[in-house]
Amino acid sequence: MNLTDLTAAELGKKIQEREVTAVEAARDALARIRERDRDLNCFITVDEEAVIRRAEQVQKEIERGELTGPLAGVPVAVKDNICTKGLRTTCASKILYNFVPPYSAEAVERLEQAGAVILGKTNMDEFAMGSTTETSAFGPARNPWNRDHVPGGSSGGSCGAVAAGECACALGSDTGGSIRQPSSFCGVTGLKPTYGTVSRYGLIAYGSSLDQIGPIARDVTDCALLLEILASQDPKDSTSLRREETRFAQALKTDVKGMKIGIPRDYFGEGLNGEVGKAILNGAEVLRDQGALVEEFDLSLVDYAIPAYYVIASAEASSNLARFDGVKYGFRAEAYEGLHQMYKKTRSQGFGSEVKRRIMLGSFVLSSGYYDAYYLKALRTKALIRQAFDRAFSKYDVILGPAAPATAPRLGESLKDPLQMYLGDIYTVSANLAGLPGICLPCGRDGKGLPIGLQLLGDCFREDRILQAAYAFEQAGERSGAYV
Amino acid sequence: MANKISKETIEYVGILAKLELGEEEKEQAGRDMERMLDYIDKLNELDTDGVEPMSHVFAMSNVFREDRVENGDNREALLAGGPKVKEGSFQVPKTVE
Repeated sequence: MNLTDLTAAELGKKIQEREVTAVEAARDALARIRERDRDLNCFITVDEEAVIRRAEQVQKEIERGELTGPLAGVPVAVKDNICTKGLRTTCASKILYNFVPPYSAEAVERLEQAGAVILGKTNMDEFAMGSTTETSAFGPARNPWNRDHVPGGSSGGSCGAVAAGECACALGSDTGGSIRQPSSFCGVTGLKPTYGTVSRYGLIAYGSSLDQIGPIARDVTDCALLLEILASQDPKDSTSLRREETRFAQALKTDVKGMKIGIPRDYFGEGLNGEVGKAILNGAEVLRDQGALVEEFDLSLVDYAIPAYYVIASAEASSNLARFDGVKYGFRAEAYEGLHQMYKKTRSQGFGSEVKRRIMLGSFVLSSGYYDAYYLKALRTKALIRQAFDRAFSKYDVILGPAAPATAPRLGESLKDPLQMYLGDIYTVSANLAGLPGICLPCGRDGKGLPIGLQLLGDCFREDRILQAAYAFEQAGERSGAYV
Repeated sequence: MANKISKETIEYVGILAKLELGEEEKEQAGRDMERMLDYIDKLNELDTDGVEPMSHVFAMSNVFREDRVENGDNREALLAGGPKVKEGSFQVPKTVE
């Protein structure tokens, strides 16, 4: 048996009980990566020696009784847009191909304080812009369930690694669905917290008002345990919030009697694949059988979320990515005349086409003459979308639906038509616009054997409700720990 | 409504975005942007008169802290990442004649 076949909680328990060591866990994970990642390409950077050194140190602290947490000694993979001190962090971009951060993200610091062993940096869409992990400058990652298909994106490497048993859990980031959609495609469980729950300090920014770091694992329990570690108000991120209650594992109860669950009728339009729609409605029945009150309702404004999202996210990206200019870190073009041309050449050669497309769009919608018509219009739409969710959550505890309109597409099919790819974000982007927490967990497979994910959205600060519903669903069926 | 992005607009956006695009890239960027804006124009179906633009989902005011240096001296580590470094500084092309 390989120790990464266990969930993080199971592995952490064995380590605490001295049945296995953190070093053995790290060695097993590294062996699995060597065995499988040549094909899957879920990792961009793994420093084996540093992993073992760190695991030895953690093991000593466990033996001295200094580290007693549930995840002490557990290897955790980290998406490559989250800074790790001394460990290369590329955002899957040529422009940061050699960037070694001088500091760690707050989320990484907190994991390490809890005794986690950072295993390596996972592949992603460049700067988290994409839905397939195909825009990575380090080559696409593949879906462990079927290597001709994508793992989704942008946290495709993190989700693929968890699905392939290369690690029990990982960090991802979610700006418009980048944790939930690849979790759906890879058959793993991923949670996007309420905006402000996890510090963004050290997360390389894409759309700052939308970005959140969150956990990806093989079951709901691991997600709750990781979120307990990650959640904090951090003075270094002025948008982080003080949460009254962060003991998320307390919500893991199988009882959903009387829980009110709404299914947006407008999620089941013509764009939704039939097999996916059926699996989602079956999932709703599972919760109904457990005593939840399930009904359909009209959420409204569903079709306006994607255009609003792409205006806002691109606008913020054009500003956030202005810092990549070849001066202080990363790539610099070789031949240039003068400072200005150095900036332009560096950026033109360093960024891939999807990133350029979004920077251009963002620059345009923020430019004078278009700002009101596009950027402010999108922010007004965002307010209306938030109001629609406020109305929904005055009636329901949880909103249930798909995370993506279809299962994972084949490699090479998506980038030809960017707009078509963006339309696949229909079920995820609104949670980012409204700041809501969302979890995606496996609820079945299609005829080709590819996983289908069930998404549960909660009102802001109500991670407890989506965790409770997700846990009840998981316990009712086969354990979601099923993986390749 | 079909949006038309002129060559001049693409030039201008290229300046704002600090990107140098080849001729073919410019044409492609123009077409991509036209198509995306046509799609985004869907927002015009919505009546947003009187709706306040929402930049942040929570009503947060500015967060202040004491103006005190809290991080250590990272000079060496920061300079180590620079593509070109000279005498303890990041080196860039001459900017003033």
